[in-house]
Amino acid sequence: MSVKSALLALLAQEPTYGARLRAEFEARTGGTWPLNVGQVYTTVARLERDGLVKAAGAADEEGRISYRLTEAGRREVAQWWLSPVDRDSAPRDELAIKLALAVTVPGVDVRQVVQTQRTATLRHLQDLTRLKKHAGDQAPDGAGGADIAWLLVLENLIFSAEAEVRWLDHVEAMLAREASEPRRHRMDVPVASDDITLGRTAR
Amino acid sequence: MSGELILRLDDVSRVHGEGATAVRALAGVTMDVHAGELVAVMGPSGSGKSTLLNVAGGLDAPTGGRVFIAGWCIGDLKGDALARLRRRRVGFVFQDLNLIPSLTAIENVALPLELDGRRVREARRMARAALQLVSVPELADRFPDKMSGGQQQRVAIARALVGDRRLVLADEPTGALDSHTGEEVLRVLRERCDAGAAGLLVTHEARHAAWADRVIFLRDGVIVDSTGTSAVAETLLGAAVV
Repeated sequence: MSVKSALLALLAQEPTYGARLRAEFEARTGGTWPLNVGQVYTTVARLERDGLVKAAGAADEEGRISYRLTEAGRREVAQWWLSPVDRDSAPRDELAIKLALAVTVPGVDVRQVVQTQRTATLRHLQDLTRLKKHAGDQAPDGAGGADIAWLLVLENLIFSAEAEVRWLDHVEAMLAREASEPRRHRMDVPVASDDITLGRTAR
Repeated sequence: MSGELILRLDDVSRVHGEGATAVRALAGVTMDVHAGELVAVMGPSGSGKSTLLNVAGGLDAPTGGRVFIAGWCIGDLKGDALARLRRRRVGFVFQDLNLIPSLTAIENVALPLELDGRRVREARRMARAALQLVSVPELADRFPDKMSGGQQQRVAIARALVGDRRLVLADEPTGALDSHTGEEVLRVLRERCDAGAAGLLVTHEARHAAWADRVIFLRDGVIVDSTGTSAVAETLLGAAVV
């Protein structure tokens, strides 16, 4: 997630100082991705170095300096809204890697690995649903912008957890099909290129 | 879970058929559902979810073990007594075909009370209160074909919990609904359980199961896992995880 772009987007709304930027970011995302204030100040310093923000005036009586966007900063924010989030460079998914290894390493109870993960993900989904119910109970009608932002983030997490459970169901069904109807043409994977006789069929 | 014990399945098994063609639908299922608790059951097709629900509601008889509803062992009850227990204590909500088309909402909700011998006037008063609890009192005089799917399911939940009924057994109650309406129905079910009902929900949707206090996973008729942290769930986990 680009903290830089998010802070620029907040500064496009109004000039403000680092601690308030952090508070705004966390309020709008329901504290899902907490920032430490040092990270915010470091990012703002980089934005200033790159000519995207500049001080909006002198420090106030508490020594806080507010920043505002430069013209280059406005262009950068506009570009961010128009650009899709890059999904090509997908981060490594530990669960996908774990299951890919589980089905190829002998002696692993893959069904149990799947079940353990599904239970954990369901628990997470229950927690998210409780948060959502609570949010709905608090503001059933006409939720304000910050509430909608928080619900939107919650729904994103719920969809992700739900997708993971569905994928685990799919994995389990695939494994069950494999067990009952093993594919005839498997790719034999030689352990070493000069020892072709070691090639074996994964089970 | 400190609420009153409403449903108990004690080492319940259900085998369909005999001999070489016998199919084991449930095998040694033990679970409790208390007042104030919503429990979801998940599992692949053929894992025994619907059999579990039918056995829990006395619609099907176990071939082994015992089922208790509100303290009564339903295996000890004969035809009329079992039917009376079901009418008074248990309500079902299915995916569709819940309501009798020729009856209005209030007549549908009052029906089990009237069948149980309540006077029509009293039954209607209780039915109106039940419709109020699921936030659709305005549907009282409407026929099912003039209601949306979500409204029909709310009425079905009202009927499931009318009068002294405290146990609602729901089999994919949101299956025919769009996701928003389905969630509204789950929210109503959750609220009724928070208010003291006991719910057992069969679903294949993780998003819907997540409204439950506890999610039980069935595979081949056996509970293989649970998200619960109660003592019972911990025992099951210790005994059943393969």
